[in-house]
Amino acid sequence: MLEVRGLNAWYGESHILHGMDFDVAEGEVVTLLGRNGAGKTTTLKSVMGMVGRREGAVKFQSKELIKLPSNAIARMGIAFCPEERGIFSSLNVQENLLLPPKVRDGGLDVGNIYELFPNLRERLKSQGTKLSGGEQQMLAIGRILRTGARLLMLDEPTEGLAPVIVQQIGRTIASLKRQGFTILLVEQNFRFAQTVADRYYVVEHGRVVDMVANTALEASMDKIHAYLGV
Amino acid sequence: MTEIFGIPTQALFGQLLIGLINGSFYALLSLGLAVIFGLLNIINFTHGAQYMMGAFVAWFLLNKTGIGYWWALVIAPIAVGIFGVIIERTMLKQLYKLDHLYGLLLTFGLALIIQGLFRNEYGSSGLPYSIPSQLTGGQNLGFMFLPNYRAWVIVFSLAVCLSTWFVIEKTKLGSYLRAATENPELVRAFGINVPRMITLTYGFGVGLAALAGVMAAPIYSVNPLMGENLIIVVFAVVVIGGMGSIMGSIVTGFGLGIIEGLTKVFYPEASATVIFIVMAIVLAIRPAGLFGTQK
Repeated sequence: MLEVRGLNAWYGESHILHGMDFDVAEGEVVTLLGRNGAGKTTTLKSVMGMVGRREGAVKFQSKELIKLPSNAIARMGIAFCPEERGIFSSLNVQENLLLPPKVRDGGLDVGNIYELFPNLRERLKSQGTKLSGGEQQMLAIGRILRTGARLLMLDEPTEGLAPVIVQQIGRTIASLKRQGFTILLVEQNFRFAQTVADRYYVVEHGRVVDMVANTALEASMDKIHAYLGV
Repeated sequence: MTEIFGIPTQALFGQLLIGLINGSFYALLSLGLAVIFGLLNIINFTHGAQYMMGAFVAWFLLNKTGIGYWWALVIAPIAVGIFGVIIERTMLKQLYKLDHLYGLLLTFGLALIIQGLFRNEYGSSGLPYSIPSQLTGGQNLGFMFLPNYRAWVIVFSLAVCLSTWFVIEKTKLGSYLRAATENPELVRAFGINVPRMITLTYGFGVGLAALAGVMAAPIYSVNPLMGENLIIVVFAVVVIGGMGSIMGSIVTGFGLGIIEGLTKVFYPEASATVIFIVMAIVLAIRPAGLFGTQK
């Protein structure tokens, strides 16, 4: 579904990605692992067209995205949930939820989203940023499920959240996977990633240095711990 | 003759009316500035020149083609709005990543050029533009005489201001605009063509200025410097209301018009400076403005 080859990206003068290569197949949950500053977030933003300059090849459903602006990339069916969640303070919860336009058919309707995240229904008229951190994360994930995008890129969805919320997000990702969504995840919380991911790519200094399938995880534990320095 | 606080009611309500009229223009102009500043981060110093251009388009339409006031209310904002769109696409677009100061300098320079060109061609004495025939005359309200055209200006500008507020605060389109004001990159990554929205927003803000210019033509006459005189006060209004606040610019626009009018009655010597005194006080107490939020 997503094929990335030789992806380079820059923020201003600084060269962050140095030739990323990876694939995400339809229906998979793939996690990018790596230390802080390895270039995981930049990888998601580069796929989305949100960095200053990028080179290489990014193919989504066999169509090349590298020359497209981010609004056109979103229209192809890719959605991005940023690490800082990006809830708009001048919009209430409902407006935040309904903000991203539908890009194709097949998205969840609002009723499904309330089933996944019942808290949101109670707070529709609240200012978006008045929600708790966990509710904001649910809102940030919920709003991209409506759009019909089939590839969801989630940047550290569990960061800073209480364990019970992390479990809820985990169940949500599992449920989305069963519904056929493809998910590219950036996650520092390796224990959380273990519960949802099919495969892992290890990112170091803007390159993919290793790939581990979940089935081979037990055998590769020492290696992964060495990569992550934990 | 009846008096309130020792002031003849005729004079009091007369000045109140003038205050409301001025307030209508302050509100329309500061609203456009607020919308533009919110999304573009540009302090649009060309606003006064664009207001003047609106009045001149109305004058051209009437004197060169015979097209009257009512069509001018539609055509002038569109024409000047298109002019604004061209400026945004060719010049302002280059400045978004830079400090506010660059946008301010560019638009200030443009204002000087535009006003210079018009002054060169039409002098600075002003061209007459008559009140449309449907709105001549007035109503005797008992306590004062209310010219129909002035009543129209107050009602229409209030309606335009409130409609703009409604669109921005209560509609889907407005939610895109508010969201893009906060985080344009993310809104764009949701599939919304933010650069086009920015261009159209600038065109709209400029169009509001031109609309105010058309409405002002029969009251103040059409003068190349009409915007230059007004824009400084309007910037004070924007600062008092809070940069980027929509309701703030409407309320402060009308409110300061009234304060200015009343000052003319009670202490005429201060009428030209009262707005700046208010500005100084507001800045000292609430630096982000009455309705602004500190960023």
